[in-house]
Amino acid sequence: MFRQAAARILSRSSRAAAARARPFSTDLPAAASPDETFVEAWKKVIPNIEPPKTPLSFMTPRPATPSSIPSKLTVNFVLPYASELSTKEVDMVIIPASTGQMGVLPGHVATIAELKPGVMSVHEGDKVVKYFVSSGFAFVHSNSYADIIAVEAVPIDQLDPALVQKGLADFTQKLNSASTDLEKAEAQIGVDVHSALNSALTG
Amino acid sequence: MAMAALRREGKRVSTLIASPNPVNSLRSSLAPSEEQVSFGVRSISTQIVRNRMKSVKNIQKITKAMKMVAASKLRAIQVRAENSRGLWQPFTALLGDTPSIDVKKNVIVTISSDKGLCGGINSTSVKMSRAIHKLNSGPDKEGKYVILGEKAKAQLIRDSKKDIEISITELQKNPLNYTQVSVMADDILKNVEFDALRIVYNKFQSVVSFLPTTATILSPEVVEKEAEAGGKLGDLDSYEIEGGETKSEVLQNLTEFQFSCVLFNAVLENATSEQGARMSAMDSSSRNAGDMLDRLTLTYNRTRQASITTELIEIISGASALEG
Repeated sequence: MFRQAAARILSRSSRAAAARARPFSTDLPAAASPDETFVEAWKKVIPNIEPPKTPLSFMTPRPATPSSIPSKLTVNFVLPYASELSTKEVDMVIIPASTGQMGVLPGHVATIAELKPGVMSVHEGDKVVKYFVSSGFAFVHSNSYADIIAVEAVPIDQLDPALVQKGLADFTQKLNSASTDLEKAEAQIGVDVHSALNSALTG
Repeated sequence: MAMAALRREGKRVSTLIASPNPVNSLRSSLAPSEEQVSFGVRSISTQIVRNRMKSVKNIQKITKAMKMVAASKLRAIQVRAENSRGLWQPFTALLGDTPSIDVKKNVIVTISSDKGLCGGINSTSVKMSRAIHKLNSGPDKEGKYVILGEKAKAQLIRDSKKDIEISITELQKNPLNYTQVSVMADDILKNVEFDALRIVYNKFQSVVSFLPTTATILSPEVVEKEAEAGGKLGDLDSYEIEGGETKSEVLQNLTEFQFSCVLFNAVLENATSEQGARMSAMDSSSRNAGDMLDRLTLTYNRTRQASITTELIEIISGASALEG
């Protein structure tokens, strides 16, 4: 165990930013250390008020990059009104990035990707859960953590095919009759989303 | 002539006789309805105490009702705030937490409430904002305020009027939702030039406690510069960036999205803290009103008892005088 830990320390010492790294992976997650320089500067300028908290102190610290690739991918999938998945260990997720579908497995290279309307699927063993996401961002970290932030997402079995067809027809008509650039852009977005929904349902 | 003078003198004497005790005259001036007290009855007035008791009771009713309202609102909004807590964490994991960053244009986004009677949450966020303004002030730096909510505006307008860039009120007319907050975030981003946005809000911890918090959001240019220079954001360079034409375009989208997400959570947390603080403030003022009412009731009963006792003594001593 200690040999492993030593190896990890060595592998990490090359990394410049080890500010919020934990000394041993077997340790309990230490309270995230707030920005020391900020607290010091604060105490110098405003000695009579406690420094405010910063978001980092409310977060459970993330583990450092392990030396070997773990077997599972840890996924956080958040929406403004819910945390759909939080630190859930899965085999793979497929993300609708704006450059095309992107499959993320453990050990994926660190990536920042913009999302487009499309289907996101979460693979866990034989089980596959599919969501339709509207837009957002996905971050894949080198420690096999993936964060997916979407503005809106619904499980695909909750979509109504009839309404999708109707919406698609409506927006296609709007796109044809649009006169200003703004109207055209809005209609184009509507058509894009509905055709993505349509292909998600049929595909 | 002499008769007239004598009559006038007599009148003065008679008025002196008519009001034998000052308490009675005071009472008659305060409560004219109780005029028909017969001459010689020396009861002590309880009217003032009774009025006071009534008003305290009414105040207690109002504060109790406000507490109930705050409690029910708290329950609804607390769930939403807790659900939105996942939203900002990926951004902090990616871009880190940089309250100590030293940039030229600092914009402090102070979040407060529109209504008062909620303890110290608004003055706390104003105090924190002033302190952050002071911390980030320097000869070639500028600090501006963007204010959300009526109460912080009222406090900050007194001494930092020239630094207030935008103030937005009546945020909570409708229940807070992401669309509304992101439109507002867009407005702020369009109208304010910044290198770093510092959002100051009260994070909800429990009904009786909230934590003043500051979240920092950097502009895309600063993010790029910091990432190249290494330091706190040095990790960012190791990320592959997909989508968009250029890296800066993606970073711009990213920071704008970050701002709307962090602001959404901050507004919800602050609204939850507000309801919690209002609930505990109203609880304590109902309790205070209850204490006051108890004291007044005690005074009232004592006074009444004293007057009864006096009357009894008078009757008994009168009777015994007749007997003897």
